[in-house]
Amino acid sequence: MTEKLKHSKRDEDIFVKALAARRHHRLAPVVLLLLALLTTGGVYAALAPSTANAETVSTADIETGKKLFQANCATCHGANAEGRDGVPSLVGVGAAAVDFQVSTGRMPMQMNGPQARAKPAQFNEEQTAALAGYVASLGAGPAIPTDEQVDAELGDASNGMALFRTNCAMCHNAVGAGGALSEGKFAPALWETSERNIYQAMQTGPQSMPVFNDANITPEEKRDIVSFLVEQREGSAGGNALGALGPVSEGLWAFAIGLGLLIGAAVWIGAKSS
Amino acid sequence: MSNATHDTTVEAPAKPTTTVGKAADYLDQRTSIGVAVKEFARKVFPDHWSFMLGEIALFSFVVLIASGFFLTMFFEPSMALTTYEGEHPANMHGQLMSVAFSSTLEMSFEVRGGLLMRQIHHWSALIFMASIVVHMMRVFFTGAFRKPREINWIVGILLMILGLGAGFTGYSLPDDVLSGNGLRITDGVVKSIPVLGSPLSYLIFGGEFPGHHIVPRLFTLHIFVIPGILLALIALHLFLMVLQKHTQYPGGGRTDKNVVGYPAAPVYVAKMTGNFFIVAGVLTLMGATMAINNVWNYGPFDPSPVSAGAQPDWYMLFLEGSLRLMPGQGTEWVIAGFTLPLNVLVPAVVIPGILFTFLIVYPFLEAKVTGDDREHHVLDRPRNRPARTALGVAFLAAFIILALAGSNDLIATHFGLSINAITWVFRILFFVGPVFAYYITKRICLGLQRKDRELVLHGHESGRIVRYAHGEYVEVHTPLDEQERWLRVNYEAPAPLAIAPKTDARGVKRKGYASDKRWQGLSRFFYEDRVSPVTPAEVEAAHSHGEHDQLDGSERQAVEAGVGSTSREH
Repeated sequence: MTEKLKHSKRDEDIFVKALAARRHHRLAPVVLLLLALLTTGGVYAALAPSTANAETVSTADIETGKKLFQANCATCHGANAEGRDGVPSLVGVGAAAVDFQVSTGRMPMQMNGPQARAKPAQFNEEQTAALAGYVASLGAGPAIPTDEQVDAELGDASNGMALFRTNCAMCHNAVGAGGALSEGKFAPALWETSERNIYQAMQTGPQSMPVFNDANITPEEKRDIVSFLVEQREGSAGGNALGALGPVSEGLWAFAIGLGLLIGAAVWIGAKSS
Repeated sequence: MSNATHDTTVEAPAKPTTTVGKAADYLDQRTSIGVAVKEFARKVFPDHWSFMLGEIALFSFVVLIASGFFLTMFFEPSMALTTYEGEHPANMHGQLMSVAFSSTLEMSFEVRGGLLMRQIHHWSALIFMASIVVHMMRVFFTGAFRKPREINWIVGILLMILGLGAGFTGYSLPDDVLSGNGLRITDGVVKSIPVLGSPLSYLIFGGEFPGHHIVPRLFTLHIFVIPGILLALIALHLFLMVLQKHTQYPGGGRTDKNVVGYPAAPVYVAKMTGNFFIVAGVLTLMGATMAINNVWNYGPFDPSPVSAGAQPDWYMLFLEGSLRLMPGQGTEWVIAGFTLPLNVLVPAVVIPGILFTFLIVYPFLEAKVTGDDREHHVLDRPRNRPARTALGVAFLAAFIILALAGSNDLIATHFGLSINAITWVFRILFFVGPVFAYYITKRICLGLQRKDRELVLHGHESGRIVRYAHGEYVEVHTPLDEQERWLRVNYEAPAPLAIAPKTDARGVKRKGYASDKRWQGLSRFFYEDRVSPVTPAEVEAAHSHGEHDQLDGSERQAVEAGVGSTSREH
C-alpha cells in the first residue's frame, strides 16, 4: 500500500526518470570505476616515490637480484622472501631496507646474536641494487632516497638537533655516539654511517629501531637530522671530544690525564729533596 | 724613632736597602708581622709526595675561584625564555631556550677565551674532587685521622661534601638537558623522603619542577654560599694542620714528639709555588685541549628528552649507580595513602647516608676499639693496620662498584656485553665485592707484615751460597741497616680490648658488661689477627741460633762488617 502511494505521488517523475536512465550506458559505472582506480593509482604512483623507483630497476636486474637472493638470503628468509619463525618476511620492506642492511654489511648476517652487526659489505653496488630491486618487486615499500634527499648541505642542523634530541638521542646518545639497549643490543654510533644509510634507517627501522615514517618525521626533517649528525663529525669547538660520551669519559680522563700528571709532578717535586 | 734606637741599643737593626726590604720594614713597624713570618718561615714540615695531594686540591680550588670569577661576569642566571640568535654553534641557532643557557652559549662562542675558561673551570672541579678523594685516601690509610686530628678529619669530610655541593650546583647552572635530567633526579630523590618529600621539593623548586626559580637559587648557592663556607673551612683545615703540626711517615728518628723535615721558607715556599704553577698549567692544558660538558650537544632543557649516556660528573656517579642497581618492582609501598618509594629512598638516601656515616664515625670507632687516647704524629704504614686498610679498601670497592654501575650502559657498548647481565653482576658484587676486598686486603697486609718480620729476623737474601766442609749449603743473609729495621719494627699491633669480668669480687653482675662485651667483639674483629713487631729479644734469638750460627767466626764478621753501623752486642 505504501508502495502504491509512493508510485502515485511520483507519477509525474516516471517520464523524467526514463529519460535519465536512457542517457547512461549500462557499462558507465564500470568505466567510472576504472577511471577512479586509474586516477587513484596514478596519483598514488606520482606521490609515493617507492613504486616509481622500483620500476627503474630493469627486469634483468630483478632476475639477477632473485638469483643472488636465492643463493645468499633464501636459507633464512625463504625462497620467496616469505620469512619464517624469527626471520622477517621481506615482502613490502622496500628497496631502502635492503640497501641499508646489505650496504652496511648487516645482511647477510655474520652470526646469530642479540643483533646483526655491521661489517664490510659482502656485495658490490650493482649486486646490492639488484637485490634491492628484486625485493622491491615483491611488494611496494620505501625506496632508496635520492642524493638530494640526504644532502646534509640542504638541511637545517638546528632543527635536526631538536628532532634528534626528542626522537633519537635516548638510544643513540646526544650527538650520535651510540648507546646500550637491553640484553646486549645497542644503538650504534653514527660517526661513520653514510647519510643515505642514516636516512634509510629512519625510513625502515632496522632491528630494534622504530620506523620513523614520513608522517612522523617528514623527508625534510629527516634531512635536517642527517645535517645535524654530519655537523657533529667536525668535532668539538672545545678540543678533543673524548668520544663525546659525556661525564663518564670526562671523569675517566680527569683521573687518567689530569690527576695522573699532577701526582706524577708531586712525586717529582717530592723527590727533589732540598 | 731612629735616633732613639741609635742611642739605646748596641746592635742597631740594619736599615733595609732594597725596595722589598723597605716595604717589609714599613709593614713590620706597623703590624709586627715579622714575628708571624719568622715563626711560619721556620716551621718544619716533613717531606713526602703524598703530602702534596691536599695541595693539589687547594690549588685547583684557587683555579676554580679565578676561572669562576671570569664566568660570573658573563653568565645570566635567569630561566626567562629567549631565542638564540648566535650563529655558533649552528645546531643551536634559532632555538627557544632559557637565558641561562643562551648566556652559556654566548660565553662559549662570543666571549674571547670564554670556552677555555668554562672548560678550565669544569676540569678544575673534577680534579678538585678527585684530589680531595685521593688526599682522603692517604689520610685514611696512614691513620692521620687519629688524635688529635679527628676534628680536622671531620672538617675534611665537610669540605668534600661542600665540594660535591659546589659541583652539583655549578653543573646544573647552564640549564641544559643533561643537567636538567640531574635536577629531575634530585627532585625525585627529595620527593622520596616520606611525608616531607613533596613540600620540600616545592620549597626547593619554588613550585612544581622545573619552575622558574631553581637556576637563580643554585647560582646564589654556587657563587656565594658554598664557596664562602668552603673558604672558611679551608682556612680552618690549614690552620689546624699548622697548629697540630704535620704528620710524618715512620722512619729512623721520627717520633710522636718531633717533626723531621725542612723549614717552610725557603724549601716549601719554593715547592708549593712550583706545584701551584704545575696544577694551574695542567688544568689550563686540559681546558685548552680536551672538550668538557659541551652543553650545546645536549641542547636547552626540556623535561621530555633523556639521551643515552646521561650521567652526572664522576663524583656523583656512585649515586647514579646506586639508583641504577636498585630493583624497581615491588619496592614502592603505599601505606595509608603515603607512598614510600624504597626504590629511590634506599639507593639515593640510605646508601650514601651509610657511606658518609662510616667516614665520619670511623676515627672515633677505631679509637674506641683500640682503647687508644694517645696523640699520634707518626703515620702508620697501611700494612701495619690490616683491619683499617682492609675496611678502607672495602669502602673503596663499594664506591667503585657503584660508580661502575652508574656507567653500565657504556660498559655494555664498549665491551659488547648485555646491560642486564652487567646490572645483575653489579647487584651481587655490591654485597660480595667489599667483603671479598676486605678479606684479600687483610691477608695481603698480614702477609707483608710477616715478610717484614722475616726480613728483620734473617736479613736480606744476599745470593751468596756457602758450602761447608761437610757438604751443607747455606745462603748468607745480610742484616738490615738501622733505617730499614726501624721502619719494620717501630709500630704497634694492638690486641683486642681486655674487659673487666662479668661479676665483681662479690659475684654481683657488673653494669655495662653487655656493652663492653659488644665493643670487645668489634675490637676482636679489628685486632684478632695480628702480626706483632719483632722484639729485640727475638732478633737476638734469631741471630744466636739461626743459620748464621753455623758460619765460622770470620765469615760472620765479614757479613756484619758490610753493615757497619749496626749496634748489636755480638
